[in-house]
Amino acid sequence: MELLERFAAGDLEAFEALFRQHQKEVYAWIVRIVRDTGIAEDLTVETFWHIYKSRSRFDPTGNFRAWARRIATNAALDHLRQSRREIELPNDLPSAAAADPAIRRETRERLKLAFFQLPAKYRLVATLALIEEEPYNDIAEAAGISVALVKVRVFRAVRMLRRKLHTLGVGVSAK
Amino acid sequence: MSSEENNKEMKNLLKQAIAPVKDTVLRRDLWPQMLRKLDEQSAAAIGVPWFDWALAAILGAVLVFFPGSIPALLYHL
Repeated sequence: MELLERFAAGDLEAFEALFRQHQKEVYAWIVRIVRDTGIAEDLTVETFWHIYKSRSRFDPTGNFRAWARRIATNAALDHLRQSRREIELPNDLPSAAAADPAIRRETRERLKLAFFQLPAKYRLVATLALIEEEPYNDIAEAAGISVALVKVRVFRAVRMLRRKLHTLGVGVSAK
Repeated sequence: MSSEENNKEMKNLLKQAIAPVKDTVLRRDLWPQMLRKLDEQSAAAIGVPWFDWALAAILGAVLVFFPGSIPALLYHL
């Protein structure tokens, strides 16, 4: 019996083999979204727990990698929804402070704040598309939405950021 | 300015404020953590909810204090 068939039938050894094959990739995807290594580890385990629980619904002829990534994206999205309420910025947030001296520190901080206040579904696509530069196709597949909807959400996220920055007194050209 | 140019400008600004995650390498094996989670969840599934214990206690008290209800209970079982 194939590995995926054994997994779908509830074989724990098959699940372990799949876990070991895919944990790094799932983690790498989640950490790009949540930007915190500890949370990404917890969400990776959470993702595989959902995968294990849903094993009977998995089609063994299907694409496990894509399925896992979709579940991982949903887990990360749930986390973003919860964390948006507490809008504290993580201390270990990577920052390219010295990248452009023309952009003042204050502007960067305001942009960060505005970004972390975006609704979760917009922050998800904006993080992946604008910061991590993931292809729109990959984002669409992982989020379970169309490429057109990814583009719409990126566009709206950019518009929301401009408005927030404008409210905060930071001028960005073009509306 | 087109939406492409808008995105590009915002992308540049954002990348100066929030850098892409460079280190995406998982440093440790998460399987032991996964096993703990599986154990916890299976233990929780086996455990009896408090509400069931409360119902059992109420039923026991009724049978002790009202033994006459035993035939009625047996009839309904």
